[in-house]
Amino acid sequence: MAAPALADLRVGDIVAEESFPLTRDSLVRYAGASGDFNPIHYRDDVARAVGLPGVLAHGMLTMGFAVQPVVDWAGDPGRIADYQVRFTRPVVVDPELGAVVSVVAKVGQLDAEAGVARIDLTVKVGEETVLGKAQVRVSLD
Amino acid sequence: MPVNPELQGRTFPPTEPYLVGREKVREFARAVFATDPINLDPEAAKAAGYDDVVAPPTFAVVVQERTLAQLLAEPDAGIDFSRVVHGDQRFTFSRPIVAGDLLTATLTVPSVKTLGGHSIVTAETAVTDASGAHVVTTISALVVRGEED
Repeated sequence: MAAPALADLRVGDIVAEESFPLTRDSLVRYAGASGDFNPIHYRDDVARAVGLPGVLAHGMLTMGFAVQPVVDWAGDPGRIADYQVRFTRPVVVDPELGAVVSVVAKVGQLDAEAGVARIDLTVKVGEETVLGKAQVRVSLD
Repeated sequence: MPVNPELQGRTFPPTEPYLVGREKVREFARAVFATDPINLDPEAAKAAGYDDVVAPPTFAVVVQERTLAQLLAEPDAGIDFSRVVHGDQRFTFSRPIVAGDLLTATLTVPSVKTLGGHSIVTAETAVTDASGAHVVTTISALVVRGEED
């Protein structure tokens, strides 16, 4: 895929949008892949015992997939210069219904001199934002 | 036990080198819903100019985790893992991680702050390849909740 040109972008442009349906299977898969086996990500009894509303998605799982639409848009993972998020609200994954996380990626800032576009992610479950200050700096020509 | 403020400024010994496996990259890519062939197919990765399959941006957590284990195992750290909440996370890349990379991670603790009974420990992990070149730096803010009354 060809890389987007910096000169074609305007602040506020939506560059990617995607929804990610999570199930308990997704959490088990991520636990194995990442090595994070904290039981609050797969056991209801443990989650309840530590005062959580239910089994939660790993914050790093949400961070991991939320950037994917931007990586695809950028056309080359090597263009991702920096990626940061704040974990504002946990994603509760219901054993039957799961959870759906929506991601909207918008141009937040353009720096033509440095050749960098800052892409801001809005990451939500329903109306609630789950990642704050989610920003990806992408190197573009 | 509160978090030891003397952790601030400490640097830990580099971790044992971690060899990035192709199947591990594929497994991680599937887990974070990465569908680009560059993450899964060595031929597609080569066509894009990489030696082998390319890891998704957050793959560095696999290596970072080893440094956080060092931090939690530090006898005088005073960090109770059951009270730790991940506050925020950042990755700053020199290049993506690729299967075949032999990665070494070095942890430093730039700051330990206290905020309303909680402690915020910043853990910074610099990841380098076999040639010593920088690949990625990960920064985690770990919030250690204070004891409830």
